[in-house]
Amino acid sequence: MKYLILMQINPTVLEQLTPEQSKLVQDGHEAFMAHIKERGEFVGTQALADPSQSKVVRSVAGTPQTSDGPFAEAKEFLGGFYLVDVEDEARVLELARMIPDTSIDGLAVEVRPVMFSDLGDS
Amino acid sequence: MSRGPAVGEDLLRDLAPQVLARLVRTYGTGQFDVCEDAVQDALLAAHRQWPADPPSDPLAWLVTTARRRYVDRVRADSRRRDREVREAFLAEPLSTAPAGAEPGADIGPSPADDSLLLLQLCCHPALARPAQVALTLRAVAGLTTAQIANVHQLPETTVAQRITRAKRRLAELGGDLPRPRDAAERLSPVLDVLYAMLTEAHHTTSGTPARDTDLAAEAIHLARLLRQALPADPEVAGLLALMLLTASRGPARQADDGALVPLDEQDRSRWDQALVREGVALVEATVPGAAPGPYLLQACVAALHAEAADTASTDWSEILALYGVLEVVTGRQNPTITLNRIVAEAQVRGDGPALDSLADLERAHPGLPRLDAVRAHLLERQGRTTEAADAYRRAARATRNLAEQQYLQRRLRALVTGSR
Repeated sequence: MKYLILMQINPTVLEQLTPEQSKLVQDGHEAFMAHIKERGEFVGTQALADPSQSKVVRSVAGTPQTSDGPFAEAKEFLGGFYLVDVEDEARVLELARMIPDTSIDGLAVEVRPVMFSDLGDS
Repeated sequence: MSRGPAVGEDLLRDLAPQVLARLVRTYGTGQFDVCEDAVQDALLAAHRQWPADPPSDPLAWLVTTARRRYVDRVRADSRRRDREVREAFLAEPLSTAPAGAEPGADIGPSPADDSLLLLQLCCHPALARPAQVALTLRAVAGLTTAQIANVHQLPETTVAQRITRAKRRLAELGGDLPRPRDAAERLSPVLDVLYAMLTEAHHTTSGTPARDTDLAAEAIHLARLLRQALPADPEVAGLLALMLLTASRGPARQADDGALVPLDEQDRSRWDQALVREGVALVEATVPGAAPGPYLLQACVAALHAEAADTASTDWSEILALYGVLEVVTGRQNPTITLNRIVAEAQVRGDGPALDSLADLERAHPGLPRLDAVRAHLLERQGRTTEAADAYRRAARATRNLAEQQYLQRRLRALVTGSR
């Protein structure tokens, strides 16, 4: 079963991390990736740029129009994700707890099942 | 690459697990990796040599060649060299006569048994289900890592890691292939893995384009191998029959636009009649005198559906009774069976009593998949439109299957707008 682990970032929290915490987060992510790769559970991961860099395309009176992202002022935003393929939900929650963000107050990850995949390799 | 008359791809694929099993039995599960490489070498050699010089006994040829390749490979590994080479030479017959051509201790069980033992090794309970499936597809079904990655929509590296890890885990567990006499006792994980493959095949193909490697077909192929090894086991026959009958509905399960078509709306003339006949015949040949196990009982249900012209003429009383037995056999541990029993109950005793049973089931298993979908159908049939719409909405949100979600949303729209 595939799950998307979404990393909800709070920039204020990130800015206030001590250098030690910061290193812990970085090392934790590296260790996490090594772990899920070794286990054969890794499908992919992407880190996303700051929401100030995003554009929004939406329909206005039936016509697509482009504007700057409306979410720049949001407290939390999607910072990136891991896509994993695991045996069951218990396992993906176990993985989520291994992500360093989940041991820092103010940060969180969201875990959601994937219903459809096309990784474009077939 | 090689052209002209093929070297019997099917033959090589059937023989590969038997050759692998023989090597693993000789050299131990700790050598699974090396054995597998040696078998690949032998298959490659067969490709090269057989067109010009076909062997009289292909299996024996492959076993002998794979053993030599194993020795070559082990020889190259200086750390283990001495012990392994000695063992390998001791295990290899000194004569040039093909191994397997003469009866003896080295020959061991029949080819079918070899496939069974390899299946059991790959379905070892200490491995996680995805690892069991990947290893089985690789070692027993003979799929490449790329093909396995394709059926699961995973990167090839992920599947490769999964297989490597599984093999390492087997090596850690140590020991050898299970002995034939233990076979029947260690069967249940194998049956469950094969059935999980079929279920997964349906799950991944629903609403998505067909893949060039068909997981359902592989699962059935493996179930046939298993039945060759254990022709008298009623659960093996039951599993194969259940798979054939389930697969027979394939063409009718999906509408042209990819949408899911539920059983009661399926055009049964589109069911694959050859598969239906084979499945029903298997059930009929197996049931008399057999102890009722979960797979045989489910196959009986599937056979009753297959024999009916439509939902109305289906023998629901018999299906209800079968689900009752199934609940007892599985120790009432499986709420999905109870849910299916309630579907049959609705046909026999009416929607009202079935809705009461659903409420009981939900108290015991809140959040049970498909429960709201069944409830929605029953409520809709009773004309309780608002409640039915709520149930469809909940069911559509709860499902993790895209085709099922689209189907439920379609029913919801039809109900709300009064159109079909």
